[in-house]
Amino acid sequence: MCTATPGRPKYFGNVNAVLTIDKAIIDAIVAHARRDHPDEACGVVAGPIGSDVPSRHIAMDNAARSMTFYEFDSMEYLRVWREMDDRDEEAVVIYHSHTATEAYPSRTDADIAGWPDAHYLLVSTREPDAEEIRSFRIVDGVVTEEKVNIVDATVDA
Amino acid sequence: MAIEVRVPTILRSYTGGSKIVEGAGDTLSGLIDDLDAKHNGLKGRLITTEGNLHRFVNIYVNDEDVRFLGALDAKVKDGDSITILPAVAGGALGFAAAAAYLGL
Repeated sequence: MCTATPGRPKYFGNVNAVLTIDKAIIDAIVAHARRDHPDEACGVVAGPIGSDVPSRHIAMDNAARSMTFYEFDSMEYLRVWREMDDRDEEAVVIYHSHTATEAYPSRTDADIAGWPDAHYLLVSTREPDAEEIRSFRIVDGVVTEEKVNIVDATVDA
Repeated sequence: MAIEVRVPTILRSYTGGSKIVEGAGDTLSGLIDDLDAKHNGLKGRLITTEGNLHRFVNIYVNDEDVRFLGALDAKVKDGDSITILPAVAGGALGFAAAAAYLGL
């Protein structure tokens, strides 16, 4: 008798998932989060469609300008997404900061998350001299943490 | 001639995987009804049970956010290009607090 649980094979790929991202991009994201602190900062890292390689950092405006909420400005969002389309890119990473709490998606983050193929990166700036950086997949409101592998492209392996 | 609608990944389960579908209508509301007839269930992801546009879905007619064009009453015509993008939003607030903040 077959007792295997029927599943959606697509999600099996997320077991032991990892976000590999260049240190220069992480540095730019952290700098953006620090600059906007105590408001939440948000943005994307685009990369070639299907590559899973985040290569182009785009800092976005937080239209909510809030310490506890963020939202892409609707016109900037349309412009940036069209530009990615034109360049055969997609949003590989969608990031935002939490400025007084841990770098873990809130219930709001999980409920609203609308890009199941993106890595949701969170940065916490609650400590003035150290950042907490964590990454997640959010599919149908379900949060799965993944490892973050920061690589330094300026160093030869 | 028809109205072109660009569908985000998260809604492509309703369109058989298609990124671009076509529809017809004089208003956004009419267009969504037409789309729902061909792609059953799509309307429920765009419009609330109270009949309003979902707060966390952005819809654009050409280069304009429909919220500035009369929302569901926004006029559409053949040759227009409609783009649907799920809002990118969230934050440290709990959902109830966020809902209150946003006036939901």
